[in-house]
Amino acid sequence: METNVINTPIDPKQIPGWGVDADPKNDPTYPMRARMNVTQDPDSKHRPTLQPLEVEKLRSIERPNVSAVYGTTVPPMGLSGAIRRLAFKYSENRYRHWLPLIVADRVQVVEGILDDLVHGTVPNIWAEKGYDVEWKHNRTAFITKMATIAALTAGTIVWLSSGNKEKGFRRRDNQRRY
Amino acid sequence: MLAMEYRGPKRVRAVQKPMPEIKHPQDAIVRVLRTCICGSDLHLYNGNVPDTRVGSTFGHEFIGEVVEIGSEVTKLKTGDRVIVPFNIACGECHFCRQGMFGNCHESNTEATAVGGIFGYSHTAGGYDGGQAEFARVPYANVGPTIIPEGMDLDDAVLLTDVVPTGYQAAEMAGIQPNDTVVVFGAGPVGIMAARCAWLFGAGRVIIIDKEDYRLEFARNYSYCEAYNFEEIGDPVVFIKKTTDWIGADVVIDAVGAEAAGNAMQTITGRKLLLQAGSATAVHWAINSVKKGGVVSIVGVYGPTDNLIPIGNVLNKGLTIRANQASVKRLLPRLIEHVQNGTLNPKGLITHRIPLAEVADGYRMFSAKLDNCIKPVMIP
Repeated sequence: METNVINTPIDPKQIPGWGVDADPKNDPTYPMRARMNVTQDPDSKHRPTLQPLEVEKLRSIERPNVSAVYGTTVPPMGLSGAIRRLAFKYSENRYRHWLPLIVADRVQVVEGILDDLVHGTVPNIWAEKGYDVEWKHNRTAFITKMATIAALTAGTIVWLSSGNKEKGFRRRDNQRRY
Repeated sequence: MLAMEYRGPKRVRAVQKPMPEIKHPQDAIVRVLRTCICGSDLHLYNGNVPDTRVGSTFGHEFIGEVVEIGSEVTKLKTGDRVIVPFNIACGECHFCRQGMFGNCHESNTEATAVGGIFGYSHTAGGYDGGQAEFARVPYANVGPTIIPEGMDLDDAVLLTDVVPTGYQAAEMAGIQPNDTVVVFGAGPVGIMAARCAWLFGAGRVIIIDKEDYRLEFARNYSYCEAYNFEEIGDPVVFIKKTTDWIGADVVIDAVGAEAAGNAMQTITGRKLLLQAGSATAVHWAINSVKKGGVVSIVGVYGPTDNLIPIGNVLNKGLTIRANQASVKRLLPRLIEHVQNGTLNPKGLITHRIPLAEVADGYRMFSAKLDNCIKPVMIP
């Protein structure tokens, strides 16, 4: 491959395939439907064979039915599932559809850890986060990041602890006064 | 079988899962031969796409060998090696008939904006993906395309998403001869979009990113100019200046929800999830394209709201085109380009990772370690 080492415009005609798909009619506003020569759809009500409904499938309220095929992975369950069912009572047009789904995702992370423990698996967070490769290729930044997180966590704990003592002292002080 | 499994933001692992089964008469089961981690998988990995459920298997870029077919499958037989487009399309619905295979209405029950996508959350249908030893492929008569004899499997796997998405980004932009094309994002799709822009007759192609190693790769692979936005000041002003203060004819957003470069967008979009990802690249695209120009978006954003400068779209008279790539529609032409040497997809692959080390692969790609451009896994 020819090396382009500097940021200078180069002669495009030297580039393999230059202009082979150029078409003056390639107007981005040209209707997509014209590409397939679709004029009428005499069988517009036809649907593919329907996949039997074997699992709980949440459905957008913006369509009247379940799609002819669907994924069967991870049906809703537990608290996260309940939140998801609630979200699917609302249109895709609403925050009250999407934000609960994001909350449910986070709840399910905790459920996943509990599920692992119930089944006798202690999640190997270090390995799941791929920290081995971060340690290998990005050690200095990784150590800095971890030290920062540790310092912030420790600082927060110390700050919260000192706040409690002060509140406790004031409470006792108030009790004495009254 | 061994499969990747999502456990939460930035946590994945390889586990044993049950074999996929035929669920529908048009299903096929394929043994995965190659699968990639895609830049848009990182939106899932980082927890930015709603309804990404713990226990899911990602992977929408894969090729495989057919090992089982359903009773209505007529166009494939066991033993066929196939390119599997990332979108799941029935080929019969209102949208498939218009060639919009990425918008099929019979493959996703949970949302209507997007069709079904392998391993891309329940928002895209709740299908397990191909980062596994085996995968279920619905509508096997429609999407899967037999790998031409002699085609390198590494080329074939990139025809499932990266090449069609990059190509469609350039196609949607309506590039006219000698247009100046700017691509935001020097990931695999951005690099491919920059290269494909030449096929439509671009006169100048500029790519912008913040990782020097990706820019260097793009400069050589896509024959384009490449600039680091952390070194050029405001990228919008830079593009105006380098185009005689007119603006680019066409700007392609190949970044999507993970964009860096704007603190407010990062906080509200990526950290607090109050909008559908950081819209920084869209901002830059709208503001740096010329009046009357075209913005082509293939970067992936989640639902639902985005803080984008729609007023400038109006005032500048812009055309915005955006979509998931319709892989099925584009494959015949792209296979020609690969076979005659115009495109060299496998040149993007920089890393080969065993499926068992999928967590390391995601971390490496996500954190841009070891000059990683495109990782491929061989189950």
